[in-house]
Formats: sequence, structure tokens, C-alpha cells
Amino acid sequence: MSADHADHAHHEPTFIEKYVFPTDHKFIATQYLVTGLCMALIGGFFSFAFRMQLAWPGSDIPVFGHMSPAEYNAAITNHGTIMIFWVAMPVLIAAFGNFLIPLMIGADDMAFPRLNRLSYQVFLISAIVIVASLFVPGGGFGGAWTAYPPLSAEAVYNLTPLGSSMWLTAVALEFVAFLIGGINFIVTAMNARAPGMKWDYVPMVVWMICIASILFMGSVGPLVAGAVMLLFDQTLNTGFYDPTRGGDPILWQHLFWFFGHPEVYVVLLPATGIVAEIITTFSRKKLFGYQLILFTAIGTGVLSFFVWAHHQFVAGIDPRMANIFTITTVLISIPIAEMLFLFIATLYKGSIEFTTPMLWALGFIFCFLIGGVTGIPLGASGSDIYLHDSYFVIAHFHYTFFPIAFIGSFAGITYWFPKWFGRMMNATVGKLHFWLTFIGFNGIFMPLFVVGLAGQHRRIYNYEHFPDLSTPDLQMLRIMATCSLLLLLASQTLFIWNFFYSMWFGKKAPANPWNANTLEWTVQSPPPHGNFGPDFPTVYRGPYEYSAPGRDSDFWPQSEPS
Amino acid sequence: MLKYLLPQGSSFAGDIDFLFLTIFVIVGFWFVLTMGMFLYLTVKYRRQDGVKAEYITGKEANLKRWITIPHALIILCDIVLIVGAVRVWYMVKQDLPEQGDKVRIVAQQWAWTFYHSGPDGELGTPDDIAVVDELHVTKDTVYHFQGESLDVIHSFSVPTFRLKQDLIPGREISGWFKPTLLGEYDIQCAEMCGIGHGVMGARLFVETPEQHEAWMQRVTAMASK
Repeated sequence: MSADHADHAHHEPTFIEKYVFPTDHKFIATQYLVTGLCMALIGGFFSFAFRMQLAWPGSDIPVFGHMSPAEYNAAITNHGTIMIFWVAMPVLIAAFGNFLIPLMIGADDMAFPRLNRLSYQVFLISAIVIVASLFVPGGGFGGAWTAYPPLSAEAVYNLTPLGSSMWLTAVALEFVAFLIGGINFIVTAMNARAPGMKWDYVPMVVWMICIASILFMGSVGPLVAGAVMLLFDQTLNTGFYDPTRGGDPILWQHLFWFFGHPEVYVVLLPATGIVAEIITTFSRKKLFGYQLILFTAIGTGVLSFFVWAHHQFVAGIDPRMANIFTITTVLISIPIAEMLFLFIATLYKGSIEFTTPMLWALGFIFCFLIGGVTGIPLGASGSDIYLHDSYFVIAHFHYTFFPIAFIGSFAGITYWFPKWFGRMMNATVGKLHFWLTFIGFNGIFMPLFVVGLAGQHRRIYNYEHFPDLSTPDLQMLRIMATCSLLLLLASQTLFIWNFFYSMWFGKKAPANPWNANTLEWTVQSPPPHGNFGPDFPTVYRGPYEYSAPGRDSDFWPQSEPS
Repeated sequence: MLKYLLPQGSSFAGDIDFLFLTIFVIVGFWFVLTMGMFLYLTVKYRRQDGVKAEYITGKEANLKRWITIPHALIILCDIVLIVGAVRVWYMVKQDLPEQGDKVRIVAQQWAWTFYHSGPDGELGTPDDIAVVDELHVTKDTVYHFQGESLDVIHSFSVPTFRLKQDLIPGREISGWFKPTLLGEYDIQCAEMCGIGHGVMGARLFVETPEQHEAWMQRVTAMASK
């Protein structure tokens, strides 16, 4: 590795090597970040279109036009799919994983740089396929992001023969991309750590991305097999999920949710890792119970493999099975609650500075707490009979996924932007963006909790067909949610401006603008190709030695000799 | 609390609402406590000139108690929640009280057909009454239902009953409900079933025995014309 490393130091990449076939982990991270954020614009546009339809049914939606039921279904389906697989995954795991792992463990690059490039290329193809699937004859797939057969399996039912096959192909390709990436993250973190970087000196976000990758690799296999079977049902006329030919539609649900529930924690853990880095830096505190947080993450990960059927309580599974899954599901509240307690305890006797990343990190704790507690009535089988497939579910999981995918990502982007692009972001615009996003987000989903409790079910393009649901009160709540969404979407222009303006014209960033401890802050901003120059750093202590007694400075970089 | 948003229309609606209320209170207690602590610490320990953060590792016994005691209490609360959830679940989905009448529910893209037992009170006889998108039941009668789907997965959902059950092609799924509130309510399809999913509603009519009798005479007369 060191010979390889010396190579890097002397060889500056050519234009083609840098931009067309890059192997530098930082550039691949940037590719993932930008692709993910572009996909977020598409996913966000869908939410704009269908929320406009829900608030003012049948109206002419700006840019989109009139929305048909088929278009509505395609919009909600692809909103969900894109936001989870093409936004949360690439930004939280791939972008931050690629950027942070080598820099934080003191390596010159990922263990397999060319596999890394392949991972992005496969991912890019999958993104192109899902976007293209929206424009084929018949339109995009509209059978919900869960794609339950027989609806998803047969064109006579879904009426989107091309759209559904392309959707499925895109999802399967995306899984392949993240399998390749996940192997890379784990191998790099296990084998490429700088001298002295013991397991309990590894920054929490690196741990979290590795645990998430292990969860992903453990859970996605059955679904890849399931997706291939579904693709065969669609295109080769097999009958894996067709009950008239001995197949079983429920099989897909098991395969899907066996992956689908761990997937929640696959994206959650990296976000909590980002939050851990930020709250320690800006409260100048050591992480409260480093090992305990690690155990809660591993505990959550293990438990997450045993909860999947809580998505299927009323799906026609054996009703006795629901009791087992209620127990495992309610038990998962213990490690998750404990992790949040530990984060909150980290603030105790700190010196909290409300920078933009810190606002995002605190906002994450605030919103995720709401998301966590509202999951309990859904995990409890008895109350889920009523709440299943209602807007209460939608509000609940957006209170988990929005903090993860957006609040967590914004926290990470604003925190590492100076390192990533070598310039500081505008703090005033950043804080304004935080508050408008925070208010907008809560304004969308608080009313949706209420409409869900009032019995509003999901994936309906127009509630005028349901007399009990087309009351003026409920419609007012829908309009409130849509108006809040407009605020949320409009305020993202602040972020886009801040991102690009700061990238080119922001104040030049010093190597360590936040006085943080981890290794990435010891190199110049942005880090050069090969990261650490000819010599690897040596690590002497854990990543969170802030305000250590007997020192003048309130931080103590990991690589500073004692 | 749910009854203020939507009336309780079945014998078990009150139990489900009470379970939700129990969860709301227990979870709400922890939520207020945690959120209160979080906001308090955030404001109290904001940066002040000359005040340095303390070096705390999380291994201090007197501080670790703040984590371990809530941890133990949460396990206790979880047990209460699990017992409550399983009790309600058992009553609604596993138990089957003695049948008063029976109805067959057939879902397809994008309509419901309800087979009522007709004047003889027996399902599966020639006088069965099949109606599209209308379910007529009598108050305070225990109904067994037999749900089927002809094409894709649908879900029979009656919010006022607090009842939901997916219907799977190729299977017969049984369950029960006992209407307790007269009136006319929504029936929804609560599982994505294609482009007509948004219009796959039906109406539920909960009637007195006399009204139900009159309705049966009306439809039989219409059918014989």
C-alpha cells in the first residue's frame, strides 16, 4: 500500500483520469452527491405535483398540467423509489462513505478504487433507467414503491408493461451498485486504517456507514432474487407470484420487507453518525458513551432483521405471526431510544455553538424523536389494524426519512463543505435555509397525522370519491400541507444558491475551520489527490477528545503526538 | 380521542381506540420528557464566554444512571404496550365470535361485490343478494366475512369499524365485525390496486332489522322485474 501511496504523491491525474474515469474517492463522492441531489429535484417535483393535485383536485398544475390517475400513481411510486434509492442511499452512504472513510481513517483512497468507479457507473445507469422509465409508452410504473404482485407482475393489471419492467431493472441495478460500494467501504475500514487507529478510535460515522453496509449486504440478497423472479413474471411469463399457477403473491412481500425494513436502518445509521460528529464538535464534548452508542447501533441492526412482517399484519399472513412481530418491533424502541438519549446526554455541560451544521444536527434529533414515537402505534398490531396504509403511516415515516435523507444530509454537507470544496458556505443563508426547511417540513406532516387518524387512506388521487373524507375540514388540512410543501421547496433555492455560490466564491476555508479532532481536518481543504502526502498520519487517541482536562486548547487532534 | 375524528362503528372500535390512547399516553410521557430534556440542555449549555465544556466520557456511574434507569423503564412500558396490542389483536383477528350472519366480499379492479345472505339468512343459496359497491348490514349482528380477490391485492377497509383486511387472489380470508352504529359510512380499498385505486370506494349501510328487511324486499322486487 505504501508504494502505491508514493505513486499517488508524484502522479497528478490527467483530465480524463480525473473527470471521465475517476478513481479518486473524493471525486466519486462528489459524483454521488451531485447525482443524488439532482435526483432529489426530480423526487421533489413529483411531491409538488401530487400535493397540488390533492389540495386542488383536477386543477391545472403549474409546469405539470392536468394530472390523470395513472400519472398520479406513477408520481407517488417514483417519488418514494427515487427518494429512498436514488437520494438517501447515494448521498448518505455513497457520497459521505466515499468522502469520509479514507480521510477519517487516514488512508490514501478506498481499498478498491476501480470497483468504486464501477459502483458509481452502475448507479448512474440505474438512475438513467428509472428516469427513462417515466417517458416510455404507457408511462412510468404506478404500483407503489413496494410493487406488490400480481399488480406489478402483469401488464393487464398495471397497464404499464414497459414502465414496470424498467422500474424493476433500475432498482435491481441500484442494489448491485450498492453491493459493490458496500464491500468497498467495509474492506477499506477494516484494512486501510492509519497506524494507531484502533477500533475504538474510529469516528462514529465510519462505524455507522460500515454497519449500514453490512445490514444492506445481509438483507438485499433475497430481494435481488425476488426482483429477478418478478422480472421473469413480467417478461418471460413465469408464475412465481401468480396464484392461478401455484405462485404466491405474499412471497414477494416477505422478500421485499425482509430487505425493506433493515433498509430503514441502512440509511438511518449513517445519518446518526453524521449527527454524532457534529454534536461533539459544536458542543465541545466527548461523545457520551462511545461504546454504548456502538452497541445500540449493532443491536438495532440485528433486531431489524426480525421485524419485517409488521408491514404485513393485515396482509393475509397467519394472524398468530403478528404477535411475534409485534414483540420484536416494539423491542427495537429500546436501542433506538437509548441512542437518542446518549446523543442528548452528549449536550450535557457542553458549550453549544449554533452553527448551521449544528442546527441541522439538533433538528435531526427533534424530528427523529417525533418519527420514533409515532412508530409505536404502528408496530403494535392491535392499533395497526386501523392505522395501516393510512396517512398516519405516511406522516410517521416521513418524520423518520426526511430527517435522515435531508436533515442528515444537509447537516453533513454544511459540516464537511469547507473540506470538500475548500470554501466556507454562507452561514446566514444557511441558517435561513434551515429554519424555512424545518418549518415547512413540520407544516407538511403535522396535518397529515391528523387526516390519517381521521381515516384517510394512502395513494388516492382525489378524495372527492369518498364522502366521509371529502369534508371541508380535512380538505383544509390537505391544503395546509401543500402550502407548507411549497414553502419547503421554495426554500431549497437558498441551498442551491449557497452551494454553488460558496463553491466558487465563498471564503477560502482553512484546514480545520471547526477546530475538530478527526483526521480529515489535518489535511488542506480540499485534500489533494492521495490525501495525506507521502506519510500516513499516526493516531494517538479517540476522535472526541474535546475539552480534555489540563489542556489550554479545547480540542485535541487524533494525530497530534501527546 | 379518535372518536372525535371518526365515530366508533363496531364492537371493537372502542378497544382499538383505547389501545391507541394508551400508547399515546405512555409514549407521549416519554416524548415530553425527552424533548423537554433535549430543549433544556440545548438552551442551558449554549456557548457562553469563559465557560468551558466539561470532560465527560459517559462511564461516570452517577451520570450513566440517566440512561440505564429510563432504559429499564422503557422495557417495562414496552411490556404493557405489547400486552395491550396482542389483546386487541387477538380479539379482532384471531378470535371468531359466534356467527349471526355472513357476507361474502369479492374485490376486483375496481369494484366491490357484496354477497348478502338474503331472506333465508343463509349464504350460498339462490336468494343471495349480490350488490356492487354497497354493503348492507344490520346493527348489533355478528357478521363473519369471507373475502376474495379476483385479480390483484385489494384491502377491505372500513374506518368507522377500525377494520382492515387485505384480500389476496387465490385465497379466502375470513374475519368478523359487529356494527354498532346506524348510518352510512365509507368502505375503502386500502391497497394500491392500479389506476382505478382512487375510485374504489363503496358505501356501508348499517340498518335496523326493519330497514334491512325493507331493503331486501326492495332489491328482490327490482331483480324480479
